[in-house]
Amino acid sequence: MNIHEYQAKTLLRKYGVAVPDGAVAFTPDEAVQVAERFGGRAVVKAQIHAGGRGKAGGVKLAKSLDEVSQYAKELLGKTLVTHQTGPEGKEVRRLLVESLSDIKKEYYVGVVVDRATGRVVMMASEEGGMEIEEVAANSPEKIFREEVDPSVGLRPYQARRLAYAIHIPTELINKTATFMVALYRAFVDNDCSIAEINPLVVTGDGNVLALDAKLNFDDNALFRHKDVMEFRDFEEEDPREVEASKFDLSYIGLQGNIGCMVNGAGLAMATMDTIKYFGGEPANFLDVGGGASEQKVMEAFKIILSDSGVKGILVNIFGGIMKCDVIANAVVAAARQVGIDRPLVVRLEGTNVQLGKEILDKSGLPIVGADSLAEAAQKIVELVK
Amino acid sequence: MSILVNKNTRVITQGITGATGLFHTKQAIEYGTKMVGGVTPGKGGTTVEGVPVFDTVEAAVKGTGANASVIYVPPAFAADAILEAADAGIELVICITEGIPILDMVTVKRYLEGKGTRLIGPNCPGVITPEECKIGIMPGYIHKRGHVGVVSRSGTLTYEAVYQLTVQGVGQSTAVGIGGDPVNGTNFVDVLRMFNEDPETEAVIMIGEIGGTAEEEAASYIKEHMKKPVAGFIAGRSAPAGKRMGHAGAIISGGKGTADEKVVAMQAAGIHVANTPSEMGSTLVKMLEERNLLEKCRS
Repeated sequence: MNIHEYQAKTLLRKYGVAVPDGAVAFTPDEAVQVAERFGGRAVVKAQIHAGGRGKAGGVKLAKSLDEVSQYAKELLGKTLVTHQTGPEGKEVRRLLVESLSDIKKEYYVGVVVDRATGRVVMMASEEGGMEIEEVAANSPEKIFREEVDPSVGLRPYQARRLAYAIHIPTELINKTATFMVALYRAFVDNDCSIAEINPLVVTGDGNVLALDAKLNFDDNALFRHKDVMEFRDFEEEDPREVEASKFDLSYIGLQGNIGCMVNGAGLAMATMDTIKYFGGEPANFLDVGGGASEQKVMEAFKIILSDSGVKGILVNIFGGIMKCDVIANAVVAAARQVGIDRPLVVRLEGTNVQLGKEILDKSGLPIVGADSLAEAAQKIVELVK
Repeated sequence: MSILVNKNTRVITQGITGATGLFHTKQAIEYGTKMVGGVTPGKGGTTVEGVPVFDTVEAAVKGTGANASVIYVPPAFAADAILEAADAGIELVICITEGIPILDMVTVKRYLEGKGTRLIGPNCPGVITPEECKIGIMPGYIHKRGHVGVVSRSGTLTYEAVYQLTVQGVGQSTAVGIGGDPVNGTNFVDVLRMFNEDPETEAVIMIGEIGGTAEEEAASYIKEHMKKPVAGFIAGRSAPAGKRMGHAGAIISGGKGTADEKVVAMQAAGIHVANTPSEMGSTLVKMLEERNLLEKCRS
């Protein structure tokens, strides 16, 4: 799960991670109210779940309350297009209004779980404000890493080692180390999957601040973080993905015109790949789970059909524990109930596959059968042309 | 021979009285797996499916001599179940549970360091040595005893590969699902090493997906050490960056972990990579033919 910058800063503040003074605003009046605390000199930041806001014009520096009001009016309701939003962009509904910081130098600090070692890793770099992927590609020697042993956590000496490596001014080393240890604690306490401070800044008055903050959370652990759950902003999420999650379906919307319904994540990806391999474009990723019950299949059909871009559907189910005849009955019943008005290709494989195919054939529904995934993909690609 | 499990493996189910644990324990017994017991705290002293239930793994090991355990407990309690099994000295722990918090697995992995316990999974279909021992949720009947090792991050793609081999008359030595989570107990390289040393395994199918670098590490192992032909497949060539594709570990992040990178690394290591999942079986069969191994693998 993703949250807004202002929410991340609220959470980090509780752990003693230093952030600039500021607050969220939903209206221009609220923005002005917040900025009054800093005498009108403030930064007005668009809050959307995507990076690259600065370059897209979503961050404004105001020198007076009038400017704060003007920028707030300009940004609220505006659709920001950044390299992370996709071409459709995201509408700005919230702003973060913060005091201006006297920035001396920018750095990068990030925390992630390193898959290769199975450990939490803190990374730091002198190249603040740049995307870490870019730094990793162009000058990997500028990224320093400290692997954390979970039995003792990030130790202060490790944090100091990072701070020295990225040339934090000597008098601020301890302050930076304290910042890093607090960031690590916030990461593990809240089951984050990413914590990124980019930039971390050193200010003229000798402070170490998180000028920006991005926190992502491990969805699997949200059950034990009710407070984090309250940060969820449904308006930032794809409504189809939200709907699918209610039925325990794993759905990701894509740009193509062939809807997919598959059991198993790996097979679902492979089905999209095969459609693409034969010249088609998948409209979605959808895993109905191992069971593929009638209820789930029906909800899956509804979500796929709600996408007007879908010109045809490919159902690909490997019947293992759940036998093909049971799945075929579920598909037929769901297709009848929902009323499928677009070409439908169904490929079943596994236990009782012959019985399953007979059920599909005898249903009287215009279902096109296929023996292999390759054949199914070719058929649906042809049908949507 | 085979790897990890065989007819002598003595298995207990952790979470045996839950719906999933009960169903798959029954299926395993029907398949012929030596199921010797189960664990559910509070249900000790009862019997289900003809096997004794214990309150703790320690008691189950004492009472049954179990050396393997399969875990079906809910995600919030699964990490604890793995630790309990390791603490009781179980050699092989197979965790089927999907949805365990990643940081729980970070702790588990640290705990298992230096211990004599191998963890398979989590979020995996399990391990099967056909006609001897089935531990997990895979459909038993699609498998056939034989000489091809299968290792995969995806459950249903494993079934696809196994089924394609079986219908062509090619059996499997052992099929191992290592799971779709970003932090897991056993990786491709661990399993490949076992297949390499297993006299019964003649060839391997390796099925990977986007996210992480486990496939690249496997490719580098294969290039250096693998004596046996390997066919492969990578799922997620059409997946967009930054989106989790069902599995917690299937995500391209920061431009890393793409299918193309993995396919290139695998091909450079001499692995024949199938273009579509429909061709996983035939790709391997062709390799067996070229090396005059097909006849042996069909026997």
